[in-house]
Amino acid sequence: MLKYHFDWSIITSGKYFEWLVSGLKVTLELSAVGIVGAFVLGLVIAVLKMSNFKPLRWLASVYLEFFRNTPLLIQIFFWYFGSYKVLPTAVNEWLNNTNFEFAAAAIALIIYTSAFIAEDIRSGILSIPKEQMEAARSAGFSFLRSMQYIILPQAVRITIPPLVNQFLNLAKNSSLAMTIGVMELTYQARQVESYSFKGFEAFTAATVVYLALSVSITFIMDLYNKRVLNPQRS
Amino acid sequence: MIQFQNVHKWFKTLHVLNDVNLHVKQGEVVVVCGPSGSGKSTLIRTINKLEPINEGRLTVDGMDLLSKKTDLNRLRAEVGFVFQQFNLYPHLSVLSNITLAPIKIRNTPKKEAEEQAMQLLERVGLAMKRDAYPTQLSGGQQQRVAIARALAMKPRIMLFDEPTSALDPEMIGEVLAVMQDLAKSGMTMVVVTHEMGFAREVADRVVFMDHGVILEEAQPEEFFRNPQHDRAKQFLKQLLSPMH
Amino acid sequence: MDLDFQVIIDNFTYFMIGRYPNGPLGGLGLTMYLAVVSCILSFFGGLILGLLSLSRYPVIRYPVNLFINTIRGLPLLMVIFWMYFLLPALMGKTVPESQTVIMGLTVFTSAYMSQIVRAGIMGVPKGQTEAAISTGLKGWQTMLYIILPQGMRNMIPSFVNQFVSLIKDTSLAFIVGVSELTHVGTQVNNRTMSYPTEIFIFIAAVYFVLCFAFTSFSRWLEQRLAWRKSI
Repeated sequence: MLKYHFDWSIITSGKYFEWLVSGLKVTLELSAVGIVGAFVLGLVIAVLKMSNFKPLRWLASVYLEFFRNTPLLIQIFFWYFGSYKVLPTAVNEWLNNTNFEFAAAAIALIIYTSAFIAEDIRSGILSIPKEQMEAARSAGFSFLRSMQYIILPQAVRITIPPLVNQFLNLAKNSSLAMTIGVMELTYQARQVESYSFKGFEAFTAATVVYLALSVSITFIMDLYNKRVLNPQRS
Repeated sequence: MIQFQNVHKWFKTLHVLNDVNLHVKQGEVVVVCGPSGSGKSTLIRTINKLEPINEGRLTVDGMDLLSKKTDLNRLRAEVGFVFQQFNLYPHLSVLSNITLAPIKIRNTPKKEAEEQAMQLLERVGLAMKRDAYPTQLSGGQQQRVAIARALAMKPRIMLFDEPTSALDPEMIGEVLAVMQDLAKSGMTMVVVTHEMGFAREVADRVVFMDHGVILEEAQPEEFFRNPQHDRAKQFLKQLLSPMH
Repeated sequence: MDLDFQVIIDNFTYFMIGRYPNGPLGGLGLTMYLAVVSCILSFFGGLILGLLSLSRYPVIRYPVNLFINTIRGLPLLMVIFWMYFLLPALMGKTVPESQTVIMGLTVFTSAYMSQIVRAGIMGVPKGQTEAAISTGLKGWQTMLYIILPQGMRNMIPSFVNQFVSLIKDTSLAFIVGVSELTHVGTQVNNRTMSYPTEIFIFIAAVYFVLCFAFTSFSRWLEQRLAWRKSI
């Protein structure tokens, strides 16, 4: 350890720096696609899970339980290695013509995270006391209007922090995409390590980037909690 | 026994104890009353340093509460405290609630601690509840167990912070009876309460507080018959009116 | 869609226990071993970190919280890679991959467990502490006899959930070459070539059965504890 010669210059400029930057770009792209997709899909699943039609509720439950209780890595492998046998030919063709590694990782991240997001959305809505709905209905609002004016505005405020937490998880989980060759940040850090033997520097750089991401989002969430959820009464 | 000298305390900018002077002698029973937010709970909580004071001098049984040399745990073992919300340990049986501190602090052998606990339960009339858990007891029963728990450390002073305020009306009497019994045995007691009947019958002195200041200090009959201060008059009127 | 699960039947014992007893334990057996050992270590790690993070001394509290939040800000994969680098340097010798993974999982999960411990402790009403110290109990006695036993009850369902996460997280051991279930799956896949769908569906199902059982257990516990509190 004492003999190790630190050389930070290799990761602050030149070829390796560019590798790391391109890795960060892929991580951000994958996260962005994942977040949008997981949110939309999660919302749909949450609605299904709360519907009055029993088969739909049941279907949503199976979806939730299955994808939450299976490792993300296995889901990535399934989409990457195994999905061709169960997907329609047209989809397979489309996938083969795109960046398949990226697509498989994105699909896995979206589906995995949507299951968690759906639960967060559902418990956000359920956490609003049912008296709120009763009060709104007694005041003459229809069910949909009650949802729109009374329940959802409250639920959204409560749901935002856990949702953002899921987004952050997704960004961190996107590191698993390296296992199928998506050249995101962790992949590039490892590349730098194996080419330059400067593992400490490369992993420090990646660590700092991940932390910067988490810290800034956590900071924003703290502000949100203070300003919106628990404003100081004066 | 307890001596407050020019004691001040602030919560941030709020002056909760303002130049308090009070002397409680051994064997005396002092009732502290006043409207909510008057600082009476804070006053009683400073005596075993659940709340530290900011200024002045406070000695309890010869121990200086501002001195770093004072052994806080010894002080608290000598001063029993009974809370408004009972605060029994929900995961322990009634008997264990009482024996925990004597066994762990005084190193009393378990068997002896249990015998003493049974005597105390006998005294508060709950010997048959020894193996029950707090959630299985009524509020009045819980508070009597809490008194037994405080007594198990053989304290020289007992403090009561609104001990009947969280109780249903029909349970207040049983708790007050235990307290009255304790007063008769010569215990030094400071009681924050709105039970004016108890104050009249049991207290040696009544202290009236408002806005962190002791406004009046008098014998019970005198306090009730002829309160000096306007705010004390108003307080008593409100307390005795059926609409309060 | 033409699935042929014969490949699963042919390799079933390999999936379950690897080459054991003729070789080292692998497959599902090793997955469980990694999860259980890491879980036990993380329990104590989380307890210690959680208690330290609530210390009244800032010199202890701040660095501990910094450590916890740093770990929570990183992907598990990053933590495992760090272990892979740091452990040999710190120990001055090579460390077996499975131990590297156990250390990585333990450090990572301890950080999350510490949050459960914190919440459990802070969830115990303040009056309990006041009552305990009023009878003369010292700080550590209050924690040990009064706060932790009550907090632990609130923590248990979350601990079980963390265990489920751990089972899933052990799949990352594949990346440093530990032959647990996921690794065994990719091995069989590479060897047989033409059954990836069947293999990964099967492996997903195995993880699912295991994790779902524990998830259900944790829900059951949660309800039972809630019920007992209400009487």
